[in-house]
Amino acid sequence: MSDLCHQLFLPGGILFLPLLIGLTGSLTFGVVGAYVTVRRITYVAAAISHSVLAGIGAAVFLRHHCGWEWCTPMLGAFAAAVVSALIIGRVTLVAEHLGDSVISAVMVVGMAAGLLFLAKTPGYFSPMSVLFGDILLVSPRDLLVIGIVNGVTALTGVLFYRKLLAVCFDEEYARLRGLRAEVYSMLLLVLAALTVVAMMQIVGIVMVIALLTLPAMTAMLVCRRLWQCMVLGGGLCALCVVAGLGLSFRTDLPTGPVIVALAAALYLIAAAVVAARRARQGSWTPAAAKL
Amino acid sequence: MPNLPACGHRHDLSGPVATFQNVTFRYPGAEPVLQGVTFAIPPQSHTCVIGPNGGGKTTLLRVMLGLLTPETGEVRVMGTPPHRACRHVGYVPQHTVLRRGFPITVREVVLTGCVDRHWLGWHGATCGPDADAVMAELQIDDLRRRPFDQLSGGQRQRVLIARALVGNPSLLLLDEPTANIDPAVGRRVRDLLGRLSRRLAVVTVSHDLDYLSARLDRVFFVDHTVREVAPAEVTSEAIWRLFRHREPGSAS
Repeated sequence: MSDLCHQLFLPGGILFLPLLIGLTGSLTFGVVGAYVTVRRITYVAAAISHSVLAGIGAAVFLRHHCGWEWCTPMLGAFAAAVVSALIIGRVTLVAEHLGDSVISAVMVVGMAAGLLFLAKTPGYFSPMSVLFGDILLVSPRDLLVIGIVNGVTALTGVLFYRKLLAVCFDEEYARLRGLRAEVYSMLLLVLAALTVVAMMQIVGIVMVIALLTLPAMTAMLVCRRLWQCMVLGGGLCALCVVAGLGLSFRTDLPTGPVIVALAAALYLIAAAVVAARRARQGSWTPAAAKL
Repeated sequence: MPNLPACGHRHDLSGPVATFQNVTFRYPGAEPVLQGVTFAIPPQSHTCVIGPNGGGKTTLLRVMLGLLTPETGEVRVMGTPPHRACRHVGYVPQHTVLRRGFPITVREVVLTGCVDRHWLGWHGATCGPDADAVMAELQIDDLRRRPFDQLSGGQRQRVLIARALVGNPSLLLLDEPTANIDPAVGRRVRDLLGRLSRRLAVVTVSHDLDYLSARLDRVFFVDHTVREVAPAEVTSEAIWRLFRHREPGSAS
């Protein structure tokens, strides 16, 4: 136990940097996860998170072949995520009927491009570490970049809370009140893009979407207001990160899947408790069908 | 849907609240839904828009809101193009946006009606008292903390009317406000709109012929064109004639 505490909570411990990234990321996941879930753009966020492989692959490729040392995989991931968000946002705005196809295309083309870049880059860079996360790849520089991005993202989500709430609840009415709903929709996609990159090193780009949505869905089972969902969702996310890091260290299991499994277990327990309570009150409805 | 520019500030509040001048509208590749429509809505009046399905009632409303742009003709709301007058227009949509499980309370829904008052949307100081006053007027102040998705149809309709009123509009547009609610609640909504029409212009699109028993200043029969009918002349027989007139094979 003391070894776990040493690794987790003391500087120099193998889990210390991932823990800091996880905790700062939980703040953003709480805020942005709530928006993503009520806006029902989970699938869009999943497509964005998968497409960052293209940015990572391109960055590794350019560093090797062009000598661009400043072009880090993290920078490539952020760039790819934002570009994917803008493409999806723009297409769904101009041609809504194509939205579903474009989301799928961005997801698979992004992954294909990333794998092709990595295939043409000599040296060892495991796509598996990007897809499913690898806490050993976290560096202090990453922590700084991720901390700044998380701070800006969470602050933006909080500052524009009223307007984003209005757009998420009833976009047409928000438009009629003079809000540029398309701008706020795009802003939301960019926030989701930045958020998924911030946590990808710990849980990987495949599973990051689960951590974005499951705590928010759990919070929505018990909260009446969106800001309450953000606070509770962020807290649950932090709890899953801390417990997942500790559990994976103790059991020698991969960190990302353990964190996601904990988030899913929390949701299932909360859904069962809420359903049982409603059944006792005589107004049971499947909790999963609420959203 | 066009990208609506921000609402303007300077408007003519002395003349009619809305005017249509020879307006024609068609969806791409289709026959005109509205053709040569001309009318004016005076302030503090109660207008009911009736007509057959596909006749253009909802389209008329959406053109008035600036959500649709007419092919020809001119639409003015408060003396400006409709999308510039959004601060003076309240709107209650036909299909209530109801996302089950959306974590929002009744008061928060009402407050979205004045989200445009501040550049960040933080409007509490000015909008909060207005929202409380409107909710008290509509007798929904006891629901303020209730989740919106747990309300009955009638309660939800009153909340959406409160959302439309909190911006203190001069023109209130409602699309089928008594659809999907029981007759007793429908009567209360009609009475409420009658009271509101003493201080602002109320335009209601309705399929509900009971609505015509409410205190109305004018009735528009919309079937691609707009024909004004005096409320006193609107009897069941007259409505039957108007609708029969449109049936395929009937004498025109």
